[in-house]
Amino acid sequence: MEHYKMNLTLKVWRQKNHQDKGQFVTYQVAGISSEMSFLEMFDVLNENLIEEGKEPIAFDHDCREGICGTCSMYINGRPHGPWQGTTTCQLHMRAFKDGDTIVVEPWRANAFPVVKDLIVDRSAFDRIIQAGGFISVNTGNAVDGNTLPIEKSRADESFAAAACIGCGACVAACKNSSAMLFVSAKVSHLALLPQGEPEKHSRVLNMITHMDKEGFGACSNTGACEAVCPKEISLDNIARLNMEYLGSSLTMDK
Amino acid sequence: MLNSKIPAGPLEDKWMNYKSTCKLVNPANKRKLEIIVVGTGLAGASAAASLGELGYKVKCYCFQDSPRRAHSIAAQGGINASKNYQNDGDSVFRLFYDTIKGGDYRSREGNVHRLAEVSGNIIDQCVAQGVPFAREYGGLLSNRSFGGTLVQRTFYAAGQTGQQLLIGAYQALERQVALGNVKMYNRHEMLDVVMIDGKARGIIVRDLITGKLERHFAHAVLLCSGGYGNVFYLSTNAMGSNVTAAWKAHKKGAYFANPCYTQIHPTCIPVTGDHQSKLTLMSESLRNDGRIWVPLKKGDDRKPTQIPENERDYYLERRYPAYGNLVPRDVASRAAKERCDEGYGVGSSRQAVYLDFATAIHRYGLMEAGKQGIENADADTIIKLGREVVKEKYGNLFDMYEKITGENPYLVPMRIYPAVHYTMGGLWVDYELMTNIPGLYCLGEANFSDHGANRLGASALMQGLADGYFVIPYTIGNYLANEIRTENIPTDHPAFVEAEKAVSDRISRLMNIKGNQSVESFHKRLGKIMWNKCGMARNADGLKEAIGEIRTLREEFWRDLKIPGDINDLNPELDKAGRVADFMELAELICIDALDRNESCGGHFREEYQTPEGEALRRDDQYQYVAAWELQGENKWELHKEELEFEVAKPSQRSYK
Repeated sequence: MEHYKMNLTLKVWRQKNHQDKGQFVTYQVAGISSEMSFLEMFDVLNENLIEEGKEPIAFDHDCREGICGTCSMYINGRPHGPWQGTTTCQLHMRAFKDGDTIVVEPWRANAFPVVKDLIVDRSAFDRIIQAGGFISVNTGNAVDGNTLPIEKSRADESFAAAACIGCGACVAACKNSSAMLFVSAKVSHLALLPQGEPEKHSRVLNMITHMDKEGFGACSNTGACEAVCPKEISLDNIARLNMEYLGSSLTMDK
Repeated sequence: MLNSKIPAGPLEDKWMNYKSTCKLVNPANKRKLEIIVVGTGLAGASAAASLGELGYKVKCYCFQDSPRRAHSIAAQGGINASKNYQNDGDSVFRLFYDTIKGGDYRSREGNVHRLAEVSGNIIDQCVAQGVPFAREYGGLLSNRSFGGTLVQRTFYAAGQTGQQLLIGAYQALERQVALGNVKMYNRHEMLDVVMIDGKARGIIVRDLITGKLERHFAHAVLLCSGGYGNVFYLSTNAMGSNVTAAWKAHKKGAYFANPCYTQIHPTCIPVTGDHQSKLTLMSESLRNDGRIWVPLKKGDDRKPTQIPENERDYYLERRYPAYGNLVPRDVASRAAKERCDEGYGVGSSRQAVYLDFATAIHRYGLMEAGKQGIENADADTIIKLGREVVKEKYGNLFDMYEKITGENPYLVPMRIYPAVHYTMGGLWVDYELMTNIPGLYCLGEANFSDHGANRLGASALMQGLADGYFVIPYTIGNYLANEIRTENIPTDHPAFVEAEKAVSDRISRLMNIKGNQSVESFHKRLGKIMWNKCGMARNADGLKEAIGEIRTLREEFWRDLKIPGDINDLNPELDKAGRVADFMELAELICIDALDRNESCGGHFREEYQTPEGEALRRDDQYQYVAAWELQGENKWELHKEELEFEVAKPSQRSYK
């Protein structure tokens, strides 16, 4: 692997708080190594800003291993940047070349209000889970784990849906700011397992109702969400959700 | 003095007897009792959910934007349980014994046996919650091997086991939030414990969005705030992982136990440069199939694929034929360091060894060809089929490696090096998980209790969930049964006012330094001292130097720190400054503890104490104790010893040969 250094122009969204209008601010960074991660490049920029007596750019990040779902930058018009199936923290600077201009914005959606700079409030996702994204089993109620065999392909499919990290890139990519990919991943994860069966009707209805209540838009099946999902959650989950929703609407007395 | 409250009676009956005789709280009283849970990783989320289910009024806090982001989520490989589904001779006793031995005889028999006993219940509970564990074609749960054991007892969900277990606990927690049993406080950081009449009665937290301080009362406080690996700056911990909650408790009188027991994980992606902000682990499960080697010749610059078999040194297989590449983490890490120190390291920094899958790819390829009935398969076909099998097993880990390094591990061996990963030390707790402060509990990685001087792989998830789902729901009742007459204490009580003022003063003090150096720069320097002088190998002279350097650095920190922004605003630099200030104090205690322990055991390797073959040399006659440190003033600690007694697992020198 050839390593190289680069100088970059960054246009970063700065916004003091939710009330502030916000604007792009342009920064230059020099001597960035192709071995750095994208967030390490931001660390360098922030250290420069601190040195200059300016306030560093606020951004969300934690595990920096692509699994916690905290990081959330909209880079050059795409959530998490140019690499397929990759979170912002796992994007590395070899994706860019010397002289590039990079535009960085927060997730933009009514249901995700900006808190400061690149940080948004995604607590709506927690509330959607509260509406039904669980299996109601108290601690201590469980039978032996091998009592109920689950067909491997079904278990694998459930796992693939459960891989969602709740980052919200799907919402940020969607022109309607729909949370359908997120909701469908949870509905699929649980509906595919026999343990999730007893609540499957109420779960899908309640979660969808709550998603609407939070102000997420409707799904028009353009697939932008799937294209940017860092965990490559499949659009098939939305199809499954629609099926579950229709079936549940017909059978549930609501 | 220190009373571990281990129940009397035979080892295998202790927990059962405890559960049958501990005090209970009736449901009407539970509704009146409030419990605070700090942290929402496996221990915190499982505890908050389970206590909410029981009917207690729970308040739960995390510094992240959602409880689902706690760092348990990043655990990759798996979770142990003595189910013996594989019919390979596993049992509660064997899991207990492996864990005691793996911990180098520095943990409590009673706690570890309880952990082994409830391990099976954890798997059952998780399956019931919808955790999608890996399964075999017959639909039953799959297992794999992990380091330090000879049986297959590790349950897993690809390389995302921690994520799936945490999502399970998170969903249980959110269900309790929806039912009104738990109130969740996201983006809140605990900054002090409030003590009233010698008991923990609440906490002071800071709302990280507004910067506002808040007072919260409870009848009991649970700290489930994780480990302190970030004291080394570079570690596999998340950027926000910190010791602050545990350290504040320590400053209020809670003993800190065995701080020098830090785990350096053998298989991490090596450091690339000064810009490095954290390190990334490659799951221990890779050692099931990957073979670790270095060139036989010093400074061999050839590409790994060009070095022939007979010019490679598979040093773990050579030194430890019985366990081979699956020796425990401390042993594997030290062996890698030894080779690199001797000049056999690879890569541009020479601080790396190879983790090679070529043999496994070939073996799996042959098996697949056989299964598919391909006769006389050519080499390319075998490699292609083998790569598919390896991808199925470890695909996400291989992808992660490639994203970070830009190298394809299917084609060239991974380069790996040890990195700080887990801390076995933590707040001292008794059998009930209570610290020496009444009403203050500590669960999961934040406590010291179950892993001794070295944790075996796939045991952290087990301990976090054991504490939260199956231990605390019983042991907390034993305390709260005596608290049913305690009315809620209003938060204008002088103890709350005073605690809040102290927190507020400290924040102002930090903000008013107005020096020239950033928090990050101080943290990096602290990390370097710790890694160089209190890392994989330690000696008395180095530790003494480290203590001096830490004191000097701390003095400079409080004189020349620069924090931009405001107090009453979202200010990540200020958050970080508070955490680094606590790390600066903890670092000294780690070194003091390491200096006190004149022996080598598990993750604590003192160069002065090793066998002629370079293995750790324990000194049971003098150091078979838990070192519990009580803070007595600035830079001043008193050591309390809890002697460890081994009635069943008699200490012997660990051998993995």
